[in-house]
Amino acid sequence: MTDAPLVSVRDFKVGATTDGGRKIDIIRGVSFDIAPGEILALIGESGSGKTTIALSLLGYTRPGCEMTGGTIRVGENDVTAMSETERCKLRGVEVSYVPQSAAAAFNPSKRIMDQVIEIALIHKLMPRAEAEEHARSLFRALALPEPDTIGNRYPHQVSGGQLQRLSAAMALIGDPKLVVFDEPTTALDVTTQIEVLKAFRSVLEKTNMSGVYVSHDLAVVAQIADRMIVLKNGEVQEEGTTEQILHAPAHPYTRELLAAFEPVQHTPIEARGRDVDHPLLEVIGLHAGYGRVENREPTIKVLEDVSFTLKPGRNLGVIGESGSGKSTLARAIAGILPAYRGSVLFEGHELAPDLQNRTKKQLQRAQIVFQLADTALNPAQSIGTILARPLTFYHGLRGAARDKRVNELLDMVHLPKSLRHRLPGELSGGQKQRINLARALAADPVLILCDEITSALDTVVAAAILELMRDLQNELNLSYMFISHDLSTVEAICDDVLVMYKGAVVEALPAARMSADAQHPYSKLLISSVPQLDPNWLTSLEQDPELVAAFSRR
Amino acid sequence: MLKSSTTWLLVAKRLGIALITLVIVSFAVFFATQLLPGDVAQILLGQAATPEAVAGLREAMGLNEPAILRFLHWLTGLATGDLGISYVNHMEISNLIAGRLANSLKLAGVVAALSTPVALCLGILASMWRGTLLDRTISILTIAVISVPEFMIATLAVLIFAVWLGWLPALSYGVDVDSLGAILRAYALPVITLSFVVSAQMIRMTRAAMIETINTPYVEMALLKGASRTRMVLVHALPNALGPIANAVALSLSYLVGGVIIVETVFNYPGVAKLMVDGVATRDLPLIQSCAMIFCFSYLSLTTLADMIAILSNPRLRR
Amino acid sequence: MTLPLRLSRARGTSAPRQRTYVFNWAGRIGLAIIVMWCAVAIIGQWFTPYPVGKIVDWNFFGPVSAKYWMGTDYLGRDIFSRVMMGARYTVGIALAAVTLACALGVILGMIAAVMGGWFDTIVSRLLDAFNGIPSLLFGLVVVAAVGSSIPVLILTLTAIYMPGSYRFARALAVNINTMDFVTVARARGEATPYLILREIFPNIVGSVLADLGLRFVFIVLVLSGLSFLGLGVQPPNADWGALVRENIEGLSYGAPAVIFPSLAIASLTISVNMFIDNLPTRIRDRSE
Repeated sequence: MTDAPLVSVRDFKVGATTDGGRKIDIIRGVSFDIAPGEILALIGESGSGKTTIALSLLGYTRPGCEMTGGTIRVGENDVTAMSETERCKLRGVEVSYVPQSAAAAFNPSKRIMDQVIEIALIHKLMPRAEAEEHARSLFRALALPEPDTIGNRYPHQVSGGQLQRLSAAMALIGDPKLVVFDEPTTALDVTTQIEVLKAFRSVLEKTNMSGVYVSHDLAVVAQIADRMIVLKNGEVQEEGTTEQILHAPAHPYTRELLAAFEPVQHTPIEARGRDVDHPLLEVIGLHAGYGRVENREPTIKVLEDVSFTLKPGRNLGVIGESGSGKSTLARAIAGILPAYRGSVLFEGHELAPDLQNRTKKQLQRAQIVFQLADTALNPAQSIGTILARPLTFYHGLRGAARDKRVNELLDMVHLPKSLRHRLPGELSGGQKQRINLARALAADPVLILCDEITSALDTVVAAAILELMRDLQNELNLSYMFISHDLSTVEAICDDVLVMYKGAVVEALPAARMSADAQHPYSKLLISSVPQLDPNWLTSLEQDPELVAAFSRR
Repeated sequence: MLKSSTTWLLVAKRLGIALITLVIVSFAVFFATQLLPGDVAQILLGQAATPEAVAGLREAMGLNEPAILRFLHWLTGLATGDLGISYVNHMEISNLIAGRLANSLKLAGVVAALSTPVALCLGILASMWRGTLLDRTISILTIAVISVPEFMIATLAVLIFAVWLGWLPALSYGVDVDSLGAILRAYALPVITLSFVVSAQMIRMTRAAMIETINTPYVEMALLKGASRTRMVLVHALPNALGPIANAVALSLSYLVGGVIIVETVFNYPGVAKLMVDGVATRDLPLIQSCAMIFCFSYLSLTTLADMIAILSNPRLRR
Repeated sequence: MTLPLRLSRARGTSAPRQRTYVFNWAGRIGLAIIVMWCAVAIIGQWFTPYPVGKIVDWNFFGPVSAKYWMGTDYLGRDIFSRVMMGARYTVGIALAAVTLACALGVILGMIAAVMGGWFDTIVSRLLDAFNGIPSLLFGLVVVAAVGSSIPVLILTLTAIYMPGSYRFARALAVNINTMDFVTVARARGEATPYLILREIFPNIVGSVLADLGLRFVFIVLVLSGLSFLGLGVQPPNADWGALVRENIEGLSYGAPAVIFPSLAIASLTISVNMFIDNLPTRIRDRSE
C-alpha cells in the first residue's frame, strides 16, 4: 500500500457568493495526488485559488465559500463527505496548517507554549508535560533561540521570523501526515526568509511528512518542493516535477511566469538636450522623522544623514528591507513629510522642506507614485476625472483639449480610451497601477518618485509595468527614483542603487554590478539573500551566521 | 497584568478629560437654567411680596452678584452637598433628593444585576451561532426593542402583564408593600421595562465585539487546529473580547440614565427622575439643576469607565 | 441577512458597468413604509377623514370601527386623523433636526479631519463634552428653561445629535485623509476646500447617509420621549409621542387610542432600521 497516494483530490470545486449575491466558481474542477513524504507546491498569482485549495485539505472554507463538487481524500478520510465535528478531529492530527502571517495567527493574550501544544491537548494526544517537551525539541529543530524558555513569552515579544517558525512547531506538534504551508514567508524580509526556509526544510527532511507549499514565488518554492502545480483562475495549468517545471515548462502560462524571473539588464538612455553635468536631484544630509518635536528634532528619527545625487535621464534605485526608511526618503523629498535637517536641490534650486511652501512649478516637475493603486486612486472619481485634474491644475487645460490629452495619456500607458468612464474599482490591479502612473505623467514631470509601485502586483503584471516605464522614459526623457525591496526589479530599471539600512545609506552601487561590487557587509548579505530559481541555491548558500545575526534583527 | 507607563498616562488623561467635561457640563446645566425669564426672588416670595422684601431676598441669595460668581458658588455648594433650597416647597433639596436617589439606585441596581448576565449570554450565543435561526431571532428582537421608545416598551409591558394577564399592578407605588410578593410585584414592571431596553443594547454590542474577535486570523487558526466551535469562541475569542465586552456593558448601562426618566414617569416610581420631571412642570430650578447634575455625573462615570476599560484592555498597550 | 463578503480576489468576469443596488425584501418593506409616512407627513392634512381637533364622537376611547378606523381618543376625537397629522410633526421635526445636525456635523468633522491641529482639538473636546450629557436630560433642561416650541425642539434635537454626527464624520474623514489618493492630491498642491469637497466628501457620503438614518431614529425616539413627558409638541397640536401621552389613561382598557400612535412610531423607526441594515454593504460600509 506504500504506492497509494496520501492525498487525492478529484474534480474538486468551490463556489462563492459575491456582494451582489451572484454565485461564482472560484475552484473549477481541480485534481491532483500527493504521495507520502512528498512536498507539493501550489503556484499561482492572486485569485488563482491556491489558498482556497490548501484550506480545503483541512476541510475548511472561508466564510462565504462552500465546496460544491468533487472529492478530497486524505489518508483514510473522505474530507468532503465529513461532518464539521469529524473534520475537527482531522485538523491538527492528520492535516495541519502553517499560516501566512504568524503574527496575526497567534492569539495575542496567550503564551506561545500554550498555543503550540494546543493541538496535542485538544485531541488528547499526550499529557501536557510530554507535549511541552516535544514542543521544546521542535523549537530546537527549527533553530529557534532559547528553545527552553521561548515558549513562556507572548507572541508580541518575539520577532516575525521566529513567530513563523513557532507556527511551524504548532503545526508539527500533532505529528500530522500532511502539513499545509500557506505562503509562510511572503510577509518576511529576504534575510529573514532564508532562516525560516532553512528551518522548514531541515524539519521536513527529517520526517516523512507530506507537505503542501502554497506560494506565488517560484524561486522560494524551487528550494522546497518535489513537485509543482501551476494554477490560474481556479484551474490547473500545468503539473510536473520541480526540475521539469523550471527547465522544460510546457504550458504558455508557466513560461510567462518563468519569463518574469529572467533578469533584465537596464540600458541607460541618452539624456537628450539637457545639461547632463548638473544633477537633476541632489540630496544633502537629509534627516526626517515622526512624532513629537523636541529641540526642533522629532522624537522618532527615521532618516539620518542621507545624501545622493541623480543625474538627468538616469534612474536611481533605493533598496532596503522593511523599516530601512526607503519610503520615508521618498516622502521627505516630495515634501509630504518635511525633513528637519538637510536640503533637497531640484534642478539646481533648493526645495522648501514642506510641500506647502513649494511653488506649483516645483511640484509639477517632480511627481510621486504610490505602491497600492487601490488606495492611490479615489474610488469615487472616474478615471477621466482622475487624469483630468492635474491637467487643469497644472496646465489650465479645459474642455476638448483636456479630453484629448486624457486620451493621449491612456494611450501612453497602453489602456483603451473607453476606460475613462470607469471607476477605479472596476479595473484590475495592473490597470490601476497604469492609471496611477498616467496621473503622474499628466503633470509633465521630469522626475517620478516610485514607491514600491510593482510590489503589490503579480510578477507577470509587474514585469509589464516595468517594460512600460522603460518605454516611457525613452519617449519622455524622464528620470525615476525607484524604491523597492525587490532587487531584480531595481536591477531591471535603474542605473544606480542606494542600499539603505536603518534609515541610513550604507552603500551606493551601479545597478548592473550590484553583486560584484558590493563592499558593505549588509549589502552583501541582502544581495545574497534573494532567492534564485536554482533548486540548489539554498543548499549551497553560504552566509556568515554572525553577519546574519548582526543585521537581520531577529 | 503589568501595565506600561503609557497606559497609565492614557488613563490619567482620560480621567482629566472626564473632569473637564464635568465642569463644562455643569456650566451648561447652570446657564441653561439661568435663561429662564423672571426674577427668582419674586417667584419665591410670590406676587404679594413687597419690593423691599424681594430686594432683601435678592441680596441674601446673592442674586446681584455676577453670573460667573453664582456659578462658582453653586459648584462649591454641589461639591459640599449643599444643593440649595427648592423654590416650590422651600425644603432643602438634599433632603428631597436623598430618599428618591436611593429608590432610583435600587431600581438601576436590580436592572443591572438582572440584565447583564442574561444579555452577555445571549450576545455570546448569538455570535457563536452567527447566521443561524437563533442569531437572527435575537437580532430582530433587539433591533425591535432598540427602535421603539422606552415608553412604548413600558406601555406594552403594562398591557400584557397588568391589563391582559392581570398579574401585576400597573403602578409600582401606591400599592402596599408589606409582603415580599407585593414588593416583587411592585418592582416588576419598571424592572422588566428597563431590563429590556438595557439588555437589547448590551446584546447587540456584545455580539458585535465578539464577532470582531471571531473574525481575526488567530481565531480562524484555532479552528484549523481542530478546536470545536465552542472552544474557539470560549477559549480563543472570549478572553480577547473581554475588554470590548466590558466596555459594551458600561456603555449599555449608561442607557439606564435616559430610560429611567421615562420609566419612573410611566410607573409613577418615586425616584430622582420622577422628582425632576415634576420639577420641570413647576419650574423648580435648583431642583432641576441638582437632579440634572446627578444624572450627568452617573452618565459620565459610566462612559468614562467604559473608555478606561477599553484603554486597559488594549493588547497593543500591554507589556 | 446576507454575509458581508469581500471577494475582490475572486475575480470572475469583469465587473458590470452599471451600478445597481439590490435590496432584499426586508430593505424594500422598510423603504416602502418610510416613503408612506413621508407622503402622509406632506399631503396627509388634506386627506384626514375628520378635522383634527374636532370632537366627533361622544364615546371617548372608542373602539376600532368602520367610521373611526383607529378608534377615538380621550375627548372623542378621531385617532386616525390625529395620527395622520402627528406624522407631520414627528417626521417633520425629526427630519429638520437630523438634516441640520448631520450637515453641521459633517462639515465640521471634515474640516477638523483635514485641518487637524488646534482646530480639531478644540472642536473635538467641546463636542465630546456635549456628548457627556444624556440626550433626554438635555432636552428636559432646555425645555424647562426656555419652554417648548417647534423651533426650540428642532434646535435642541440638533444640538443633541450634532456632536455624534461630527464624531462619526470626523472618524471617517480621518481614515480617508490618510489614504494615498489624498496624499497625492496634497502633493499636487491642492488647497483644503478641494481636498474636502472632491477627495473626501464623495467617499464618506454613503456612510454619512446611513448614519443619518440611524440618527433619525434616535431623534424620533427622543422627540417622542419629550412629548410623552409633556415637554415636546404642545397641545392642541400633537405628535405621536404626545398622542400616547394624551391617551395614556386609556391604557388600562387597552384602548386603540394608545396603541395606534405607538405603532406608528414603532413602524417608522423599525422600518428605518430595517432599511439601513439591509443596505448593500457597498453603501453601508463602516456605518456601525
